[in-house]
Amino acid sequence: MILFFEQTLNGLQLGVMLFLLAAGLTLVFGIMGIINLAHGSLYMIGAMASAVIAMRTGSFGLGLLAGLGAAGLGGMAIELGVLRQLYARPHLDQVGATFGLILLVDGLATMIVGRQPLFVAAPQALSGAVTLWPGLDYPVYRLVVIGVGLLVAVLLYLIVHQTRLGMLIRAGATHRETVRALGVDIRLVYTLVFGLGALLAGLAGVIAGPLVAVQVGMGEQILIGTFVVVVIGGTGSIRGAFLGAMLVGLVDTLTRAFAPGLLKQVLPASEADALAGGLSSIAVYLLMAMVLLVRPEGLLPAQGQTQ
Amino acid sequence: MTSRREFLSGSATAMGLAMWPDTVVAQATPVKIGFITTLSGPGGYIGEDIRDAFRLAVEQGQGRLGGVPVEVIVEDDGLKPAQAKTVVERMLKRNGVKLFSGIVFSNILAAVVPDVLDAGGFYVSPNAAPSTFAGRNCHKNFFAIAWQNDTLHETAGLAANELGYKRAAILAPNYQAGKDALTGFRRTFKGEIAAEIYTRLDQTDFASELAQIRAARPDMVFQFHPGGLGIAFIRQYAQAGLAQTVPMVVPESSLDSTILAAVGDAALGITATTHWNADFPGEANRAFVAAFQAKYNRLATVFASQSFETALAIGAALRAVDGDLSQADAFRAAMLKADFPAIRGAFSFGPNQHPVQDWWVIKVEKGADGKPVLVTRQKIATGYGDSYAATCRL
Amino acid sequence: MSTGGLVRWAAVAIAGAIALGLPWLAAAVGDPALVPLGARILVAAIAAASLNLLVGQGGLVSFGHAAFFGVGGYVVAILYEQTASGERLFGLLPGAGDLLLTIPAAILFGGLTAAAIGALALRTRGVQFIMITLAFAQMLFFVMVSLKAYGGEDGLLVRRRNTLGGHDMRDDDAIYFLCLACFSAHLFLTARVVGSRFGRVLEGVRQNERRLAAIGIATYRYKLTAFIIAGMGAGLAGALSANLTRFVSPDMLHWTKSGELLIMVILGGTGALAGPLVGAAAFIGLETLFSGWTEHWQPLLGAVILGIVLASRRGLGGWLPRGKATS
Repeated sequence: MILFFEQTLNGLQLGVMLFLLAAGLTLVFGIMGIINLAHGSLYMIGAMASAVIAMRTGSFGLGLLAGLGAAGLGGMAIELGVLRQLYARPHLDQVGATFGLILLVDGLATMIVGRQPLFVAAPQALSGAVTLWPGLDYPVYRLVVIGVGLLVAVLLYLIVHQTRLGMLIRAGATHRETVRALGVDIRLVYTLVFGLGALLAGLAGVIAGPLVAVQVGMGEQILIGTFVVVVIGGTGSIRGAFLGAMLVGLVDTLTRAFAPGLLKQVLPASEADALAGGLSSIAVYLLMAMVLLVRPEGLLPAQGQTQ
Repeated sequence: MTSRREFLSGSATAMGLAMWPDTVVAQATPVKIGFITTLSGPGGYIGEDIRDAFRLAVEQGQGRLGGVPVEVIVEDDGLKPAQAKTVVERMLKRNGVKLFSGIVFSNILAAVVPDVLDAGGFYVSPNAAPSTFAGRNCHKNFFAIAWQNDTLHETAGLAANELGYKRAAILAPNYQAGKDALTGFRRTFKGEIAAEIYTRLDQTDFASELAQIRAARPDMVFQFHPGGLGIAFIRQYAQAGLAQTVPMVVPESSLDSTILAAVGDAALGITATTHWNADFPGEANRAFVAAFQAKYNRLATVFASQSFETALAIGAALRAVDGDLSQADAFRAAMLKADFPAIRGAFSFGPNQHPVQDWWVIKVEKGADGKPVLVTRQKIATGYGDSYAATCRL
Repeated sequence: MSTGGLVRWAAVAIAGAIALGLPWLAAAVGDPALVPLGARILVAAIAAASLNLLVGQGGLVSFGHAAFFGVGGYVVAILYEQTASGERLFGLLPGAGDLLLTIPAAILFGGLTAAAIGALALRTRGVQFIMITLAFAQMLFFVMVSLKAYGGEDGLLVRRRNTLGGHDMRDDDAIYFLCLACFSAHLFLTARVVGSRFGRVLEGVRQNERRLAAIGIATYRYKLTAFIIAGMGAGLAGALSANLTRFVSPDMLHWTKSGELLIMVILGGTGALAGPLVGAAAFIGLETLFSGWTEHWQPLLGAVILGIVLASRRGLGGWLPRGKATS
């Protein structure tokens, strides 16, 4: 029982990470109708910048700022330099341009930072574990990740539903032409939204730094999972992204944790292992297929959205 | 930006012509070495080490290996077998290359080496050596300098026995090399397997597996996760507080000095098995480690050491045939003698042309400067070959 | 005949002459590696052309086309493995080592896989369609990675190329001409499909699907048929690729491979029939050129792709004389 609780917590934590990545992507999809394959590159930029600065200065805080800044500014530069020219173009061109962008950014990162994975330490105050329950010690860092993720979710919800920018975001997602006709500088909104999405991807990168290998190619690793979250949640919807991320995080973690054990009760051990291994690789995709069978637009699509 | 095709002979050749006039014919054109390696993507740092160490050996010989001028043609395989095949084909057909080396990953090797061998070429492996070319299908033109893949994991099993562990939780990604790793460990480990867990190649979060390990209450963990996966695993293992309670044993490829530099203190206390370590005594090794550090400003990894020795081994054989690869039998015989100053210590080839060598236990400890280092502890196996050699008939 | 028509015919004639004469041309310039390079381009062009039927004609941006390419390749490799070992698939199907059998089998399985994936994926559209095709292809990729029986991550070697009606295909020229023949046949059939009523309905799907639905055309069936045809084409390309490189691996199904096929379609321009060939030649040509040039070939390639997409709305094909299909 304690194990189940712990694995659920793990699933939530993975879900929170996925949410940070998916939130930006889904906003950009929903509002600008842009498919951005280079979202993972922003995650990588955030992680690398924070790792380099933290290593130089020895301060996680400065690293955090550097990571957020680099990803946010990088995102806005990409929006101004590349994506701005693609809003009126078909999805195909967007896929092509951002695919090229991945190769370009990865290559530049190799030239600037090198091929060696970077050293990142978790801040001293956040290392170690706390006892949540007798018999359940949980790493502080992972608890903080969950906290940060939930905080961001609340903040985003407030921004989208309580601010003027949020109003424009919502209006832009459903009635782009009307917003433009009302004289709002939609381009500025786009740049800001893209910068916000990039900032979130960068934040995910900074947070992931102490947990994963910070190196070239790390962006592509998380890209597909992020897309799956967005599609399950419904494009353009923050709430959808949150629900999708939690579902994917839980399904992924719980399948990995319990599928081998459950299968072993009905199958010989070696077959159970093989089957469980296969199952855990595709569980998330199966989940997506099932969701789309029932709701082709995803679970909570932004309302009134048209393709 | 460095040019990919390196003509490392240059002025050294001209000098050679003047100094040894009687070998003019043999040395007129340098021997081409096709060096296919992985330079892009997350595995790129290994390929970089392998390339740089090979390059170091050639530079130390002033453009020569074993006194024979060589031209090393380096190309990136991008960790894509199909791309590697194209590169090899081009080298075979356009450049007339007969001698190949450099491949990092087993799946690339399994894809392209048959082409090399079918064309009558030689392949000298600085790293990967899957069972494909070690057992029944061993080949007279295939030489492995580093190890046979399984021995990495078998020796980890020996080390676990030696350290007195009785219950192991074992983990690897769910793919061929991962499954081979767990099989290799089981082959020699005498204790009980408390949990066998398969991870994924695209996984970044191991919280679920770490909880499973804790629930299984093992007295040790064996894990094989190459490159970035290993970094993520070791970091999260330490963060979960498992590093203090359940000791970890890994094969050397899961804990080279680059990974160690990336994970830092999280790796303290981990045991690995290896055939080479930077602190090995011996003048040749010390000189290599110093030269690598001086030239590239980073610590030589075990991958670098193997590649350096690969260059030396090739050099010894080239010297015997005076750079004439058409004397295939003589080249082969010279390779088999392994007449080069191996920096790892004793080295010879087994009947399947894979290494027979000593294995050591190394451990991550805090170094003099406070940074973690790999320290050699004890010898775990002497003159250790591999379990496929018996089925090879050459 | 108009000047434009003349130019077009001249371009086709020159391209045809180069294609037919490549083995002799390669021998003349002393670079035999050009022949397998040409064959690779043709195989990629078949895969890209099959994708272009979806993308260019139907406006269906599939990001998982490599799945069918990979399936075609694996069919060849598994059938070969069975002839070598004498085993039967599921205890029923014997192995095969002749292209007259393996190519139809690869086309069939490519089509079947496409039918299964398409039936689900085509319930969505737009961005969701891009994502779901991507995800299904990744799913197949991971299945192949974990299938130990078929080599898993390491892939499968096809030690000897398939024969063609008993003829040995070991010679590079022979396999090149086979690829050329398959490419021509595929081009011809694609042109027929595009020119048919079916092709016009597909075109209508791209331009205004709602209107088609309003006049009572069940677009789903048309889209699914197109998806299956495209899957069959990719299966053919996969089968040829397996023979050409004598190797298959999950790498063939990876999402970056799907991305590369899309890039070829984009580079060639979705309009012209010859677009995919131009795109494949440009992509593989640049990749080969750059990777022989510098170790940092990937960013260079990325920058060029980015530049072409941003600069031209029709890819390189925008400068091509345009075929009837696009008028």
